[in-house]
Amino acid sequence: MADQRQPTVIADNANIVYRIYGSVAPGANSPLASLRRIVTGKKSAAVREVHAVKGASFVAYRGEAIGLIGTNGSGKSTLLRAIAGLLPVERGGGIYAAGQPSLLGVNAALMNDLSGERNVELGCLAMGMSPAEVKEQAPGIIEFSGINDRGDFSSLPMKTYSSGMAARLRFSIAAAKKHDVLLIDEALATGDAKFRKRSEQRVRDLRKEAGTVFLVSHSEQSIRDTCERSIWLESGVIRADGPTDDVLKEYETYVNK
Amino acid sequence: MAQTAVADSDTGPSLTELARSHGLTKAGRLPRLPEYTRHLWSYRHFIAAFANAKVSASLGSTKLGVVWQLLTPLINAGVYYLIFGVLINTKQDVDNFIAYLCAGVFVFGFTQSVVQAGSQSITANIALIRALHFPRASLPIAVSLVEVRNMIASMIVLVAIVLLTGEPLTAQWLLLIPALVLQTIFNTGLALFVSRLISKVTDIRQLIPYILRIWMYGSAVLYPVTFFAERIHGWQLTLVESNPMLIYIELVRHALMENVDLAQPAPLLWLQAAIWTVLVGFGGYVYFWRGEKGYGRG
Repeated sequence: MADQRQPTVIADNANIVYRIYGSVAPGANSPLASLRRIVTGKKSAAVREVHAVKGASFVAYRGEAIGLIGTNGSGKSTLLRAIAGLLPVERGGGIYAAGQPSLLGVNAALMNDLSGERNVELGCLAMGMSPAEVKEQAPGIIEFSGINDRGDFSSLPMKTYSSGMAARLRFSIAAAKKHDVLLIDEALATGDAKFRKRSEQRVRDLRKEAGTVFLVSHSEQSIRDTCERSIWLESGVIRADGPTDDVLKEYETYVNK
Repeated sequence: MAQTAVADSDTGPSLTELARSHGLTKAGRLPRLPEYTRHLWSYRHFIAAFANAKVSASLGSTKLGVVWQLLTPLINAGVYYLIFGVLINTKQDVDNFIAYLCAGVFVFGFTQSVVQAGSQSITANIALIRALHFPRASLPIAVSLVEVRNMIASMIVLVAIVLLTGEPLTAQWLLLIPALVLQTIFNTGLALFVSRLISKVTDIRQLIPYILRIWMYGSAVLYPVTFFAERIHGWQLTLVESNPMLIYIELVRHALMENVDLAQPAPLLWLQAAIWTVLVGFGGYVYFWRGEKGYGRG
């Protein structure tokens, strides 16, 4: 099917495995056991593998907004990180993307000891803006985040912010740049109703600028409002991929079982 | 893989081919070294801002703030003066032992703090790495920049100590600058090397304090460099005297002090310092670059 739609993200049998060190049952990490491993050359039992995403394949096109749904720990955030190129995909598969996908999530830690203003500057520079662009964009970012609505918070350290304020600021920073592919991890769920409305509008604007948006959220409402296509992940396997209404219906019957 | 074959059969051409035909790039692809270097250069403003942010974040909670950058080396020198100048009062056959000692302590301290901070630069910023896309080498390089600032402060203190202890100000002092430039490049390479190594083999962090301590004793920081020639010979002496830290410290002492015994003639020291700088600076950079795509794994 050679249609004119321009693919922006393609996952071809993507497997993602976390390797975790030092999380073993007591005893397996004792000095004697470690010594035995060194002597026998056996692979360390202290390394546990978690197969977080199993053989995911899909194609995302320009102008689409795709919701990722699934229960906690189903691999949604992991998949987003792999699309952003932040986590390596195992051999034998791959994820391909147009340009550089940007991940924006509530976990996107900036420096908590610094003021909001300086975090805006740092975040913009880390996204590859020039200092001139940063100067131009910074007031708009702070304005959009609304952290100054209750007095001058932008000059206070970020550790004094409420979690909602910090999440709003992070969202505003990431949304300030035009992205070919924007990956949003639960960010819309943290703000208050007023901010949610504004950020949903921003996501729609970003889509209009010929990008693709992936949205991970537990709020079915925000998925329904912003995405017309959804992918349902369960234990790392894609269970359904299609129009949001159909996928959500299937998901609901699974959850309510 | 069987799974792939099944998935492919209903999509026509394989997804990988589709991606290639639309010019998509593979996520997590390692860029070539020149491309990576250009990319890193375009992030120079981020590196500078990050280094500044680190300094203000670490000093922001103190009342004296930036004054600590001068106070820390002063206190450091004071402690060594108390122990070696007053309590033990060893002149160790060196004219102006206090200046000799402080030069060693400060120059070694520069590399020491780069290694300590560099060993954390990936692991402590894992959230930033997982959230934003920037060349990862920015982090260890920013660490090295922060320490350059501290080093400049401690060099001001050192120069004051050297002058106060009666050394004359000569044209030879200008050699201080190339010596410290070489050491800075060496340190940056070391920070890059250590940060990748520790992000892969976390156990090594436990060894860092001991490695640094043995390195300090091997660099003639607390005693004159002639100490080694009196005690060991042959290949052992060659090994100790080719220690890059010993060489950088010697170069600084040579630049600032009049009558100082060097382990080797000065031109030979400069040559070795240059070799170490290129080797560790470039080697560390290449080693770090090779691991670029794995740092997010944590």
